[in-house]
Amino acid sequence: MSIQTEDVLKIAHLARLGLEQDRLAGYASDLSNIMGMVEQMNQTDTTGIEPMAHPLDQVQRLRSDRVTETDQRQVLQQNAPNTEDGLFLVPRVID
Amino acid sequence: MQWETVIGLEIHAQLATQSKIFSGASVAYGAEPNTQACAVDLGLPGTLPVLNEQAVRFAVKFGLAIDAHIAPYSVFARKNYFYPDLPKGYQISQFDLPIVGLGEIDIIVDGDTRTIGVTRAHLEEDAGKSLHEDYHGMTGVDLNRAGTPLLEIVSEPDMRSAAEAVAYVKTLHSLVQYLEICDGNMQEGSFRCDVNVSVRPKGQEEFGTRAEIKNLNSFRFIEKAIAHEVERQIDLIESGQKVVQETRLYDANKDETRSMRSKEEANDYRYFPDPDLLPVEISAELLAEMRAELPELPAAKKSRFQQQYQLSEYDAAVLTVQRGLADYYEQAVASAGGEAKLVANWLMGELSAALNKSSCDISQSPVSAERLGGLVSRIADQTISGKIAKQVFELMWSSDDSADDIIEREGLKQISDSGELEKMIDQLMAQNVAQVEQFRAGKTKMMGFFVGQLMKQTQGKANPQELNKLLLAKLNA
Amino acid sequence: MTMYNKSLKQLSTSLQNKDISSVELSQYFLERIKQYDGELNSVITLNEEAALQAAAQADKAIQAGDAGPLTGIPLLHKDIFCTEGLRTSCGSKMLDNFIAPYNATAVDKLSQAGTIMLGKTNMDEFAMGSSNETSFYGAVKNPWGLQTVPGGSSGGSAAAIAARLAPLASGTDTGGSIRQPAAFCGITGIKPTYGSVSRYGMIAFASSLDQAGAMAKSAEDAAYMLQAMSGFDEKDSTSVNRPVADLVSGLADSIKGLTIGLPKEFFSAELDDAVRSKVDEAIDAIKSAGAQVKEISLPNINLSVPAYYVVAPAECSANLSRFDGVRFGHRCDSPKDLEDLYTRSRGEGFGEEVKRRIMMGAYVLSTGYYDAYYKKAQQVRRLIQQDFVNAFKEVDIIASATAPSTAFTVGDRTDDPVSMYLSDIFTIGVNLAGLPGMSVPCGFVNEMPVGLQLIGNYYDESRLLNVAHQYQQLTDWHTRVPTGFEQE
Repeated sequence: MSIQTEDVLKIAHLARLGLEQDRLAGYASDLSNIMGMVEQMNQTDTTGIEPMAHPLDQVQRLRSDRVTETDQRQVLQQNAPNTEDGLFLVPRVID
Repeated sequence: MQWETVIGLEIHAQLATQSKIFSGASVAYGAEPNTQACAVDLGLPGTLPVLNEQAVRFAVKFGLAIDAHIAPYSVFARKNYFYPDLPKGYQISQFDLPIVGLGEIDIIVDGDTRTIGVTRAHLEEDAGKSLHEDYHGMTGVDLNRAGTPLLEIVSEPDMRSAAEAVAYVKTLHSLVQYLEICDGNMQEGSFRCDVNVSVRPKGQEEFGTRAEIKNLNSFRFIEKAIAHEVERQIDLIESGQKVVQETRLYDANKDETRSMRSKEEANDYRYFPDPDLLPVEISAELLAEMRAELPELPAAKKSRFQQQYQLSEYDAAVLTVQRGLADYYEQAVASAGGEAKLVANWLMGELSAALNKSSCDISQSPVSAERLGGLVSRIADQTISGKIAKQVFELMWSSDDSADDIIEREGLKQISDSGELEKMIDQLMAQNVAQVEQFRAGKTKMMGFFVGQLMKQTQGKANPQELNKLLLAKLNA
Repeated sequence: MTMYNKSLKQLSTSLQNKDISSVELSQYFLERIKQYDGELNSVITLNEEAALQAAAQADKAIQAGDAGPLTGIPLLHKDIFCTEGLRTSCGSKMLDNFIAPYNATAVDKLSQAGTIMLGKTNMDEFAMGSSNETSFYGAVKNPWGLQTVPGGSSGGSAAAIAARLAPLASGTDTGGSIRQPAAFCGITGIKPTYGSVSRYGMIAFASSLDQAGAMAKSAEDAAYMLQAMSGFDEKDSTSVNRPVADLVSGLADSIKGLTIGLPKEFFSAELDDAVRSKVDEAIDAIKSAGAQVKEISLPNINLSVPAYYVVAPAECSANLSRFDGVRFGHRCDSPKDLEDLYTRSRGEGFGEEVKRRIMMGAYVLSTGYYDAYYKKAQQVRRLIQQDFVNAFKEVDIIASATAPSTAFTVGDRTDDPVSMYLSDIFTIGVNLAGLPGMSVPCGFVNEMPVGLQLIGNYYDESRLLNVAHQYQQLTDWHTRVPTGFEQE
């Protein structure tokens, strides 16, 4: 699988990653090499094999419906770059 | 060209839990911004989700109520996209294996029953809210709502008119409240609808291109938005243009739908199983437990009401829309010692008018079912007339007194004693000889004069049937 | 014996006997960090003041006779674990200013056991790397050869233990990130069964693979530490709800009669000959203690690196979406719109390798590729797990080299991601299967350490540690200290 710079731009946009223009070709070739390695998987027939999403062969544990958290806004917003009136501020969102 | 409308709905019902779907923060409505957003809800690094048991039970309950397949194993997936109200950059939802599979629900439109397929219902977390008031040209983000449990109920594209769509939404709205899994508050966003609308030439099998109308928060808006959108699509096609698949927003003020620019970009959500959560298992025990907890559902209750109380289909439908109303009705009937039709009339008449006027819910009614039943039984046993009863009802509304106390205190008891009534009739006839003669000469409408005078004398308390009977006998003597 | 080379048990005894106080011991290691870490760069943030306060508390507990084996013992935490009030950077510019308002559960458990956190160790950015060269805070150097890498991603912890800057350090292992640096730095490191140590407060790289563990000089020390950090946590849905196993009391058990499986795929052409001969010697030593050896096969293990480089990037691409410059972390200057806020904050905050992996992940999950890559990798993952399950029907422990070579030169593989990824070929399968694995020092090639990897069956950490400890009774590789760091 050869990945072109256009593909890199498309994926970078999906992932909201700003990339330097002069690194695009480098990423394209790195990703192509990695995909080439990944495609060794195709050597093996996996027809009918149940995909394994998780190493734990267990089911989800459930939490009882209780309110355990109290207002921690002040502490939790200490790392926030921009807040006002308890709100996180971001550039204007247009719906 | 004859056009056919095709409608499918996605309903987001906020589940009536205490805490969030994946954290222990409260879901109470109306708190100060971000005071109910804990570290997990904010997606702080290293935090992890743990699933709320009640949300699972509610979803199962819903599935059983629509006769759906409940998945023994269901899986949570991450739906990836960036938006400021989505703290983790992905929404935890269900994709491949939803907890509730194919089910169905009956709706009634113009007296006809139609079965609408429910494709699936899955659990997911709600997003926060962006507040567009101006903060120096920026948007404020409140994540209190982030992580609130939602059940997304997806219908088949089975509806063919706005009326059907509204009937479907109303039926589900009633159902989730019956099940006590959602408070149904559309104003606060506890029950939200997205509508998929397309049109096609009548007889064509293939679906037309659909548009999705987002966030319709009243039955009326749903109806108007669909009507508007259908018209827009037909106009487009008939003028040689094409309908584009897009998300549109209904603007209630202008009564129109408009394209949502921000959602235009084709999304690639890159769903995959959430590795922080394991498959949810629904055991046979839980299924049995939930089945046992199922209340009598609206449709069943309605037909029982028709049979048991001899109500018309319309009356039974109105009384069973809300579980609280139906329960009230049954209690009132019991307190009245029967009189099912009379109780129904009172509920749908005086009581509902009074509730509307003071914008109360049935659960907040100042007049309890027992007290209303007491009032109706006094009408039934002719202690008071229907007209006097309205007076009594008003006094009951503003006090805690029983109908009997009020009738007694206000002296509103009906005069049915024939001796007393005869005496009054005799007196009246003696004083109005001319009118008696007119009556006897064939001017029977003079009857009204006598009834009016007697009612005036008794302040309306004369038993009208008894009075009529006695008066007629005497006048015709 | 020098203080820095004392075992945990010896240190604990010294503390209990009041030969030394925890404050003195903490100061001793803080001094070593100040003296030696300049060139190693293994520590990102020191916790001097709070550490000495905690040590004073520990001394009180010891005075009161209320001390456990870890009370008063200094340690370092990998900077991936959230520590309340002390910066948690995850080796990234993105979190250069992040101070967590909570502790990771593993950190809490270890401090409840009485340990003293001296600081936070350097690491590959977001644990993505095998050489500790991707850190925003600069590369970590291997104390055995400053021109070589310490391995990664827990390279700071490994280098710090090797240089004896602390007796214990925490690590995390997603594809070998405890074992490979342990091997490169000549220390002992163990990654337990997936789910043994809570992931709460441990910044996620790949959630279905990440597992915290212990790094120390010896298996015995690691056993004490791992036991203290393990245990069920209701805040982590993937935490296993079972009693914490006693990892210490079985250390002295005989390993006579145990069967050690040697996967033929791990003794193949990729394995450096000199490394192989050290591993062979180690296996001979284990045999001499009464264990038997059996050749086994893990037929699909050669697909573990390809499958891993689908699964791990896919999970990481979503896990790292929360770093968006809105609620915490790096935010670009004066963003002109929302898109700009996201792309620039993330573009500036993440380094190259992290960007590469996020893009890989977004790519394999995107429309049209899910089945070919993601689903396929999940199926291959199942096959690899089945290989191990089958192997453990025949053997008690699997042994191999931890890495195909000794530590490579700094800068050698940074331009070739694939060659970097292949340094984890022997360790990655264990993460895909969720099994416990460890690395113990087993000799030197050209004065660089070699690691022996031991893999156990699910929840069989005690046997794993037992074998490692018995091996360390027969050898002294784990007591060796790199030149230049021997001075007290």
